[in-house]
Amino acid sequence: MGKRDYNLLGEDARRAVESGLAAAAWYHTEVPRKVMKDLMQRSDQPAIRDTILLYGGMIVFAALGIALWPHVWSAPFWLAYGVLYGSASDSRWHECGHGTAFRTGWMNDVVYQIASFMIMRNAATWRWSHARHHTNTYIVGRDPEIAIMRPPAFLKLIGSFIGIPEVLQFVPRMIYNAVIGVHPEEKTFVPESEWPKVVRVARVHLAIHAATVALAVWMQSILPLMVIGLPRMYGAWHHVMTGLLQHGGLADNVVDHRLNSRTVMMNPVSRFIYWNMNYHVEHHMFPMVPYHALPRLHEAIRHDLPAPNRSIAAAFREMWPALRRQLASEDYVLHRELPPTARPYRLDFHTAALGTAAA
Amino acid sequence: MPQWVDACATDDVEPEDVIRFDHGGQTYAVYRSPDDYWFCTDGLCSHEQVHLADGLVMGDVIECPKHNGRFDYRTGAPKRAPVCVALRTYPARAEAGRVLVELP
Repeated sequence: MGKRDYNLLGEDARRAVESGLAAAAWYHTEVPRKVMKDLMQRSDQPAIRDTILLYGGMIVFAALGIALWPHVWSAPFWLAYGVLYGSASDSRWHECGHGTAFRTGWMNDVVYQIASFMIMRNAATWRWSHARHHTNTYIVGRDPEIAIMRPPAFLKLIGSFIGIPEVLQFVPRMIYNAVIGVHPEEKTFVPESEWPKVVRVARVHLAIHAATVALAVWMQSILPLMVIGLPRMYGAWHHVMTGLLQHGGLADNVVDHRLNSRTVMMNPVSRFIYWNMNYHVEHHMFPMVPYHALPRLHEAIRHDLPAPNRSIAAAFREMWPALRRQLASEDYVLHRELPPTARPYRLDFHTAALGTAAA
Repeated sequence: MPQWVDACATDDVEPEDVIRFDHGGQTYAVYRSPDDYWFCTDGLCSHEQVHLADGLVMGDVIECPKHNGRFDYRTGAPKRAPVCVALRTYPARAEAGRVLVELP
């Protein structure tokens, strides 16, 4: 395939539509309706518990950080607060955006809005970009949420661990949306009826960030920014660490999440921060299953999935060398070994993407 | 000319659930509400053409299995993004253990 064009209005986008790849049906493991109905059931209780823990933890850590400021002993509390603000907000944004975290709709919406602000994503725009990510997961030119493009931009990836490229992209886009309106690229996946929401959300975000900066200037201290804004950077590392593993080094332009997504077994703390999105193949295959049911879904379909990576470290040991190889050869991918019982799927598309290894 | 068509047996669908029904080259979704009324809509989500019968029925709402958009299956009205366009609905009723839907 060679050089990829990730522009949503570019050549690869056009080719994906013309070839039928963009509209193709995706592979699903067969799950009996009764089992799937049970897995899909919604509940407020787990997400209320987790949200109390999350926001309670943030209040405690921020209070201790402020109380000890500017002493060096405040640092551990800021680091803990930062991870909850700048990383746990990513998974809350994600699950509440799907509307599956809580059974009660307004609870999903409230946590989604707060999380979107903290992770610095326009709540209106990103709801639609994520819908496209699920429709066209890692299809070049169609998926607006491809975290690792080829060839991998290592400086940008490393910068993401402290949120630099994301914040540099967010701030001008927030100002653009607040002052000018919806960006032409955003218009390719956000329906026109939603454009006023994009502008409204951008103006609210801009007002809060501007007020925080004004307070910091007035106090002649960065303390207000330690609470709002900066934790998106100093606490980003965990969500980048887990997020890169979702699809990094795996195939693009396929219609089987077993080939382009990665399930990684993780420790309980990371699973709390990440809200079980380590079960990423399972999530993509069945996005209506809430986060708290993903371990059960994993057990139900693991016979049809590639073996999961055993830890975050093991997954990085697999992914990082593959990304380095993609520097020299954009077409290099990690091939996922499917169980012998798994049936082949859409060899027409997959041979084009993976060569003979697809068969 | 609309006609009543046999879609399935009443036992084929649990209360608060949905089943797929194909007829005349079209696909439909037939719903059994929690209080045991029957409804029928287009079978594919108006957002991205996914079979709604693979989704989740919650009260009067069907959630699409792909993007979690929601419709009120009684009226077809969109209830949650990313769906914006209503589904067409069709009359449905149970009779002698069968579910009948009136299709154009």
